[in-house]
Amino acid sequence: MNIVETKDVNFYYGDFHALKGVSLDVVKNSVTAFIGPSGCGKSTFLRLLNRMNDLIPDMKLTGKCLINGKDIYDKRVDVDELRKKVGMVFQKPNPFPKTIFENIAYGLRVNGIKDKEFIRNRVEESLKGAALWEEVKDKLSRSAYDLSGGQQQRLCIARALAVKPDILLMDEPASALDPISTSKIEELIFTLKAEYTIVIVTHNMQQAARVSDSTGFFMLGELIEFSETRKMFLNPSKEQTQNYITGRFG
Amino acid sequence: MSKKLSQQIAFWIFRILGVFVVGILLWILGFIIYNGIGVISFEFIFDAPRDGMLKGGIFPAIVGTFCLIVGSMIVAFPLGVMSAIYTNEYVRDGKISKFIRMMTNNLGSIPSIIFGLFGMALFVNTMSWGDSILAGSFTLGLLALPLVIRTTEEALRTVPDSLRVGSYALGASKLQTIRYVTLPAAFPNIVTGLILSVGRVSGETAPILFTVAAYFLPKLPSSVFDQVMALPYHLYVISTSGTNLEAARPMAYGTALVLITLVLIINFSASLIRKHFSKKLGGH
Repeated sequence: MNIVETKDVNFYYGDFHALKGVSLDVVKNSVTAFIGPSGCGKSTFLRLLNRMNDLIPDMKLTGKCLINGKDIYDKRVDVDELRKKVGMVFQKPNPFPKTIFENIAYGLRVNGIKDKEFIRNRVEESLKGAALWEEVKDKLSRSAYDLSGGQQQRLCIARALAVKPDILLMDEPASALDPISTSKIEELIFTLKAEYTIVIVTHNMQQAARVSDSTGFFMLGELIEFSETRKMFLNPSKEQTQNYITGRFG
Repeated sequence: MSKKLSQQIAFWIFRILGVFVVGILLWILGFIIYNGIGVISFEFIFDAPRDGMLKGGIFPAIVGTFCLIVGSMIVAFPLGVMSAIYTNEYVRDGKISKFIRMMTNNLGSIPSIIFGLFGMALFVNTMSWGDSILAGSFTLGLLALPLVIRTTEEALRTVPDSLRVGSYALGASKLQTIRYVTLPAAFPNIVTGLILSVGRVSGETAPILFTVAAYFLPKLPSSVFDQVMALPYHLYVISTSGTNLEAARPMAYGTALVLITLVLIINFSASLIRKHFSKKLGGH
């Protein structure tokens, strides 16, 4: 089943045509990776899915962008509700200057949940989901800034999981981390797929090959090729894809 | 001239200028302390003035200045912080924010005596609050406003956008993001800025001249509609308009010392508060 469906999406920052007629579907409970050189539009596309691009002044969008069959750019859509359903993890860990506990509880609190018992359980569940519970269970009231970079990123993943999204968007989630933290995040992506649909942007082609089920290759705002990851890396159908994954440019 | 020599000469010029600035501050402080420390006593701090203000103390003026500090904080804090939130969080780079910022800067460059006259016209006369703590606090609060706005804006600007975006990504509204993420993260710097601005205006004479300050009033205020004595004005009075200026000189230096000490305590507590909160937030 397709959880995300986009059709002929064009996106402009002012005069700059950032996405050119992109159409692609994302299957539920799969991992989809976007690769491509810097400035190719892969992050822009990712940010369309939770309407993060709304924050950019002077942006324009044409085409259709459906999640669970509903047009997320429809006027009646409540953006805050959408972002609850479509969580996001950013390139650099961005924990709030609060305690570890409060970082996770934040998403629940802003959505009006007050039941302390419920919040406590959800915090534990989310930290376990992000494979961080064992490391932090004794220091939940410590500042999130006391954690290492890799732990902070898993905290941010736990924070996103706490509001029970359907989709988790990850914008180069491991690019600021060391190799060990990176492999932990990758393992995590693999286990999260059972419950969530994951869309990940990455600079690292090996990472895309390791974690994803399907891969999209973007270049200059166009989706050049989108197919099963194995096929994309073993037998790409376009020459540009072949050139990129063999490292001839990018 | 060799590169090394010119570099050394430049360093020395900077060093001398740096020492010069510190020197001026120390000189003023030393001068006031040297001349004022003699009259400082329990009586001077905790007694009312008497005998044509040549004897007794300055307690009513200390209490008055304290009331005005608190009062102007209450006026300037909500107005200034909300205005800064509006320009920095809502209309960030638009024409409106530029306009507001320009107006704030203009407001900040209006001479304080004009604030005094304005305060007299609006608060004392039009609102018929009379010469009162209320009128004085509003006048001083308005004077502090541009400073509060600017320091709050700077504090908000130090909060990285990644935190705001992270909050939106969890489904938080803009207001929730400001309330629960941006403001708490900026809070230590906001409070510091607020205290510094109030410390700055607490030494002002012109704005309180026509709005609150009493020439001689040994009685302590009982409501916000009372007049009070205030340290800067008291200093002005006993330095310029007493019956025996020579005899009042030590009292004047003593008052100056108390005023300076008060401002220094305020500044010092500002940095303590910032340190306290930054530690609590885990240093960022």
